[in-house]
Amino acid sequence: MAANVATQTTVAMTGNSGCALAMKQINPDVVAAYPITPQTTIVEEFANYVANGLVDTEYVNVESEHSAMSACIGSAAAGARVITATSSQGLALMWEELSIASALRLPIVMHNVNRALSGPINIHCDHSDSMGARDMGWIHLFSENAQEAYDNTIMAVRIAEHPDVQLPVMVLYDGFIISHAIDRFDIIDDASVKAFVGEYEPSRSLLNMDDPMAFGPFVMPAYYMEQRKQMRDALMNSKNIVLEVSKEYGDLTGRNYSLYDNYKLDDADYAIVVLGSTAGTAKYVVDAMRAKGVKVGVLSPRLFRPFPSEEIAEVLSKFKAVAVMDRADSIGAIGGPVYLEIKSALYGVENEPPVVNYVYGLGGREIGPDLIERVVSDLQKIAAGEMKPAEETTFLGVKE
Amino acid sequence: MKKWDITGINDWGWKKQPMGATIPTSGNAEDFKTGDWRTEKPVWDEGKCIQCLLCWIHCPDTSIPVENEKRLDFDFDHCKGCGICAKICPSDAIHMVNERGEE
Repeated sequence: MAANVATQTTVAMTGNSGCALAMKQINPDVVAAYPITPQTTIVEEFANYVANGLVDTEYVNVESEHSAMSACIGSAAAGARVITATSSQGLALMWEELSIASALRLPIVMHNVNRALSGPINIHCDHSDSMGARDMGWIHLFSENAQEAYDNTIMAVRIAEHPDVQLPVMVLYDGFIISHAIDRFDIIDDASVKAFVGEYEPSRSLLNMDDPMAFGPFVMPAYYMEQRKQMRDALMNSKNIVLEVSKEYGDLTGRNYSLYDNYKLDDADYAIVVLGSTAGTAKYVVDAMRAKGVKVGVLSPRLFRPFPSEEIAEVLSKFKAVAVMDRADSIGAIGGPVYLEIKSALYGVENEPPVVNYVYGLGGREIGPDLIERVVSDLQKIAAGEMKPAEETTFLGVKE
Repeated sequence: MKKWDITGINDWGWKKQPMGATIPTSGNAEDFKTGDWRTEKPVWDEGKCIQCLLCWIHCPDTSIPVENEKRLDFDFDHCKGCGICAKICPSDAIHMVNERGEE
């Protein structure tokens, strides 16, 4: 790949527009998608690009998300570069195919615009949709804002298609907050995107007439476990490729991404672990707290699957207290999905810090600085021994 | 078309199995001998056969080989003994027997 520095243009657009633009610059072979709030404007805008002849993409209007993922799987198996998008109930409707996409080792890229799962029906942001699919063998990349959503889309193509990965990638960002709010960010030029993603040379393709092959066989018990072991191996190893691709993207754009975002953690006493757009609010609170002499920092994981347990445990082990904020609950477990990952990662680690969990913002419930300040105040009390960290999660801001 | 050697496939480790269980060839169902699923088998009376090939058309397992537009004896590696050929034959050239050869 060329080690040029890309030409950047500052734009003001919504997260969805940014992702649709990234898709246009990537110019995938196939997009099969179904609309659902708050993803809708990605596919609307991309459909406009198709109608105006600005891309070469075969755009397949399907009748449901289940069909969308089916069409994506078929196209990817045929050797096409495929991108799609969904949210919430749409992701839920394609659930049975998510594990097929990953098991067949198809490098599909999908935006999942995080929206609460029904019921009650709610179109607003929370992470229950993608968290509900966390064991489906996809790579999960979280984006804090429109810039990250745009950048992650471009990187996702290279990560997915890497010969040592060949797994589908979900690019995640918050519904309405990022998808629909106009943000100021930088896009790179068309030629740079095109050069970065390159031509897709599938190693396996149904359209390869010289080497015919078949996808998606039935297997007896003698074979299934080995296939799943392959997936585990590939998914765990993909962490290294995420870093490699991110480094290359950093050289191209000046924006350097890693496994997680570190905001003022280095000299902090307390850490807040939080995914997505709320990390932005947490950073604002960090600055306000530091002005009062409270040293807190934010750790915002970018890569959620595979979960970088080792790296995050190493960073967190030095804090006096850690708060994990989850925008989804793992109902029936002691707390949310990120909490479960963090607790597991820290188990048995030397100087294991007290870790406490807050489930917040479900169904789009407002998460403002005041609630996060409450979290910081709890961390201070826990570190001082004035408060015992609750084992079970606290629903932050729930009306009793 | 290259043949996929599946000797010892039941013992292949996870690194040896093809990625994503992709079957790297076509037509390899031929290697899977489903004939041992039979409980009844067809018997072909070549003398009565009028070579209409109705049996060949209806066989769901492509177990009636045809050469120069004439059918040959059954492919017992793949015939599952469904009996459709016996039922469809217009000249009583096929009848089903118990797999052990009894009527």
